Amino acid sequence: MMNTTEVGAGAPGAPLVKVEERLFQNRYLVDAGRPHIKIKPHTEPSKALMALTHLCPAGCYSQNDKGQVEAVVDGCVECGTCRVLTAKTGEVEWNYPRGGFGVLFKFG
Amino acid sequence: MIRDKFDAIVVGAGPSGNAAAYTMAKEGLKVLQLERGEYPGSKNVQGAILYADALEKIIPDFREDAPLERHVIEQRLWTMDDTSYVGMHYRSDDFNEEKPNRYTIIRAQFDRWFSGKVREAGAVLLCETTVTELLRDPQGRVIGVRTDRDGGTAFADVVILGEGVNGLVGQRSGLRPELKPDTVALAVKEMHFLPREVIESRFNLAGNEGVVIEAMGTITDGMTGTGFIYTNQESISIGIGCIVSDFAESGRTPYGLLEAFKRHPSVRPLLEGSECKEYAAHLIPEGGYNAMPELFGDGWIVVGDAGQFVNAVHREGSNLAMTTGRIAGETVVWLKRRREMATKANLAEYQRRLEETFVMKDLRKYRRIPDFLHRNKHIFGVYPKLLSAAAQTWFRVDGVDKRAKEKQIFQSFRSGRTLPGLIGDALKLARSWR
Repeated sequence: MMNTTEVGAGAPGAPLVKVEERLFQNRYLVDAGRPHIKIKPHTEPSKALMALTHLCPAGCYSQNDKGQVEAVVDGCVECGTCRVLTAKTGEVEWNYPRGGFGVLFKFG
Repeated sequence: MIRDKFDAIVVGAGPSGNAAAYTMAKEGLKVLQLERGEYPGSKNVQGAILYADALEKIIPDFREDAPLERHVIEQRLWTMDDTSYVGMHYRSDDFNEEKPNRYTIIRAQFDRWFSGKVREAGAVLLCETTVTELLRDPQGRVIGVRTDRDGGTAFADVVILGEGVNGLVGQRSGLRPELKPDTVALAVKEMHFLPREVIESRFNLAGNEGVVIEAMGTITDGMTGTGFIYTNQESISIGIGCIVSDFAESGRTPYGLLEAFKRHPSVRPLLEGSECKEYAAHLIPEGGYNAMPELFGDGWIVVGDAGQFVNAVHREGSNLAMTTGRIAGETVVWLKRRREMATKANLAEYQRRLEETFVMKDLRKYRRIPDFLHRNKHIFGVYPKLLSAAAQTWFRVDGVDKRAKEKQIFQSFRSGRTLPGLIGDALKLARSWR
């Protein structure tokens, strides 16, 4: 599932944070089997794609055993950061979820 | 899908789309508004502060039933290092006025209310409907939209795009380029709930008075960015945002940065014992005037975040969104009355009218600021540390005489940033600001 080891990466002494505990508060209507974000097949991720393993605010991106970057987007908060950062490399295909699906902010 | 032809289609039900739809529907135009969320506001994120003036010009009596949290009587600006902040606070009882100037709001609730007004005015709203593309005639004029509801289409004389920062429809139709990682900020935010009397005692408030705090300094770990803490009635909105390209290089996680901000010794006591009920993230277009795309064309107008209408220096966005939405709506009404088509030449009236408002005047005034802040990261690290050290030297009573303390402070600035560096920064800032 989501990136469970993620912490305040890169900063010594930064507090340990599990993003799942935050996402747990949110409401989602998951469009099962129709992820709105897809990563293009690759052998080696670009620097930008790799950065998403720490930059995605919902911790959707992680690296697998083969060094490829994978995404599980059930917890996506639809910010668009991954699309903007990888626009040049074109590694992320980003669409809005179908109407009504995805995150449902109670407060926003 | 929809057989009727509309005077206007509005994409999005945020502040800009609602302002446009309301303005047109109130004047009797036939308006279709499309929103991809389950309800208006369900995809929208903001701090959030509502600037009354922009909404008053659309709905003068909004205070009667809008879901407002607290009116802002105190603004705190903090420059922070790891253990302290140097603050500039402005609090005035003058802000306890009959028609307060700024309010904190909760966007999901506010957007729903605004949308109710839009529908009362006569616009047709379809939620859970994602617009997938613009439809054009053989001459390239925009004549409607396609949606993901069974590939349904809808047609109108003009399409107003209030689709927000991730404006995929406009981008994919070639109306504007993709956002650039160095001119867009990623902000993360949490909603922390506390009993209202706890909030009032912690922030020195009575009744519906509110405080907003904007913070910069080592909290962004050398990145260009800011943090905020806003008081709502029974909750505190806390968040932090930095430029996306800075985040990418830093290796920091957004939630790790927010957690560190929350644990800062000056912040922690404010949140003590609170319950977090939501975690959100959103992009903020911060490129300003120089990043602005084309604002209109044959059959279309762009409003709000999709058009980069954000004044990052003053943390203003929703008021620019409402104002651009209103003026786009007024322009369409004006053309309709004159029985003129929504051609590119005619819609240039939108930009002409915007030029007369604070929107374009402010964006133009600050056009050099985004670049200045991006290229001068020491503003966010070196200076807050120097300020804090200076304050501590000055206030600590330890037997050192005052003249020696002054010398020490001047010396710390010279060694921290060098004399040419200090003068250069002052000149660059002055040039960017004017």
